[in-house]
Amino acid sequence: MRYALSFRTKMPPALLLAATPRLLTLSPVDVAVIALYFAMVIGIGFYLKRFTTTGEDFFLAGRDMTAWIAGLSFVAANLGSLELMGWAAAAYQYGILATHWYWIGAIPAMLFLGIVMMPFYYISKTHSVPGYLQLRFGEPSRALSAITFGVMTVLMSGINMYSMALVMKVILGWDIHFSIWVSSLTVAAYVFLGGLLSAIFNEVLQFMLIWLGGLVVSIVGLIETGGWNGMVARIHHNFPGQDFTHLWSGLGHFAGNPMGIHWTGIVLGLGGVIAFGYWTTDFLVVQRVLSARDLRSAEMAPIIGAGFKMMVPFIVILPGLLGLAVLPEHLVGEAQAVATGAHSYNEVLPLMLARYCGPGLLGLGITALIAGFMSGMAGNVSAFATVWTYDIYRAFVRKDAGDSHYLAVGRWCTVLGVLVSIGAAYLVMQFLSIMDYVQALFSFFIAPLFGTVILGMLWPRATNAGGFWGLLAGTVSSVCMWIWVKVDPSALAYIALSPRARDMAENMYRALWSWIICVVVTVVVSLATQPRPKEELAGLVYGCTQLPETAALPLYKRPVFWATLVAVALVALNLLFW
Amino acid sequence: MHEHKGMISIWFFIGVLLLAYGVLIFAAGVYDVFQPPAKPVVLARLHAGVWWGLLLLAMGLFYSIRFRPKKSQGN
Repeated sequence: MRYALSFRTKMPPALLLAATPRLLTLSPVDVAVIALYFAMVIGIGFYLKRFTTTGEDFFLAGRDMTAWIAGLSFVAANLGSLELMGWAAAAYQYGILATHWYWIGAIPAMLFLGIVMMPFYYISKTHSVPGYLQLRFGEPSRALSAITFGVMTVLMSGINMYSMALVMKVILGWDIHFSIWVSSLTVAAYVFLGGLLSAIFNEVLQFMLIWLGGLVVSIVGLIETGGWNGMVARIHHNFPGQDFTHLWSGLGHFAGNPMGIHWTGIVLGLGGVIAFGYWTTDFLVVQRVLSARDLRSAEMAPIIGAGFKMMVPFIVILPGLLGLAVLPEHLVGEAQAVATGAHSYNEVLPLMLARYCGPGLLGLGITALIAGFMSGMAGNVSAFATVWTYDIYRAFVRKDAGDSHYLAVGRWCTVLGVLVSIGAAYLVMQFLSIMDYVQALFSFFIAPLFGTVILGMLWPRATNAGGFWGLLAGTVSSVCMWIWVKVDPSALAYIALSPRARDMAENMYRALWSWIICVVVTVVVSLATQPRPKEELAGLVYGCTQLPETAALPLYKRPVFWATLVAVALVALNLLFW
Repeated sequence: MHEHKGMISIWFFIGVLLLAYGVLIFAAGVYDVFQPPAKPVVLARLHAGVWWGLLLLAMGLFYSIRFRPKKSQGN
């Protein structure tokens, strides 16, 4: 899930840029490591340009990716700009509870995408999620989904770009304009040249670098603490009376854990609606799977991705927990950090890098952070270019142009998307409160969209009107609930079932309610309107679609077998850290 | 692995980069062994740079050789 990191955002930007001392200093070897990375990603873009000659090449990587490549890219695109730093910070603040966003908040949804939903996305030959909505529910649903996705994607990309530049300013002292322009123009160049093909190739490279750059801290940290048990003992010593190391045992009461959340919020809100909404309908990630070369690869890609996703906490959450155990000072929230000059939660990963990484390794760690940002931004930009070209431009502006025209439009949309993102980054720099609003806006669309898509795939009786009005009602209700709590904070007791709920808990319950409203409205309107003939739903809906038989395949070639193995591992890990 | 139109495998690119990183980080780690910095990192005695550099070097060599472009590729 995309992480929203508010890095010293309570401070006026001008003051911030002038006041923050750098946390790390790079050696020439570190600079060489980072420069090599930039040279390689640009080089890959130039190399792949010759293979990107049609719209299908540019927007769907020729639909020729293996399950492994599509699966790794699927996970890497989600890593986003500040995944490593953001979730390490969350782990320092909330403890191992942050792992829920990687396990129950991702794995079941990814497996569901692979086993249940992917056949319909793939067999329908759609190029996007809004494209599926058009096939299933008609143009109004596609238009609503495409426009909101397009606008929110570039705005989010801009916010992430600004956040990343701020991080580089704070930890390395880099000029904020330098960071914004160099990183974004690099992404623009390689996506412009090679489209999704280039984005996917670089995402696989970036995924490797993120692992190799992030794993050092975890390994050396565990050596310092004497293993997991030693780390837990040190955390208990440093923070007596607080529970940072149990996943579930503190979730029986809102006050029993650092996050102020009840297990129902985690299971139904995060693991249910939010996770399923994000992992199964956010085109940023689904696009990677649509690039698979055949249906079996498309089904396997999210399952392979789930296997890797399950391991990401070892490079993201573990450094945060190690920070609780070994850092000599207690990190604090952003407001307190600004007021007192202490280090904030958000600085835990750079502090750990500085603690363990000498010349070269530090450069690798910083490269991992930059790679995370670039993979997320490339995901945003390539998804934006596809949705804008196919679902807005071709649908409503010019319907009958040739493939080469749409290919050119896609390339220039990449540049446009990056420029709008840069504009959004500068807008946020001037008006920081925009960041909070846009991040909230993005969350409004995910949960209802999942309600619409899942009913569309599994319920033949759902009608075009039902799909559109359900999506609209779910989205509007989510906005209204958000405004209600802003205007009257006591409303939190109704939305999140507890006045003690924190922001994350509020988001989860708001998602749950908006999904329920979407589903109820879709069902009621569908029952009151004329259904489409079943023959029109072939390839789009369960029960109307002939799915390929897998009974003749050996067990190890069946996606269900691997999904079961991943699910068993998920249960075992949750029991282990209960 | 991707086999689209005789394209060089992504794993080859990864191998080349890891190879270069391995050389750089291993060399920097060895330099630190003989010229320890004024402010060493925690657990500097483990020489993490040396071991990690060797790991990257080994991975880089494996991927570069295993997925090197064939004559029919990379036109």
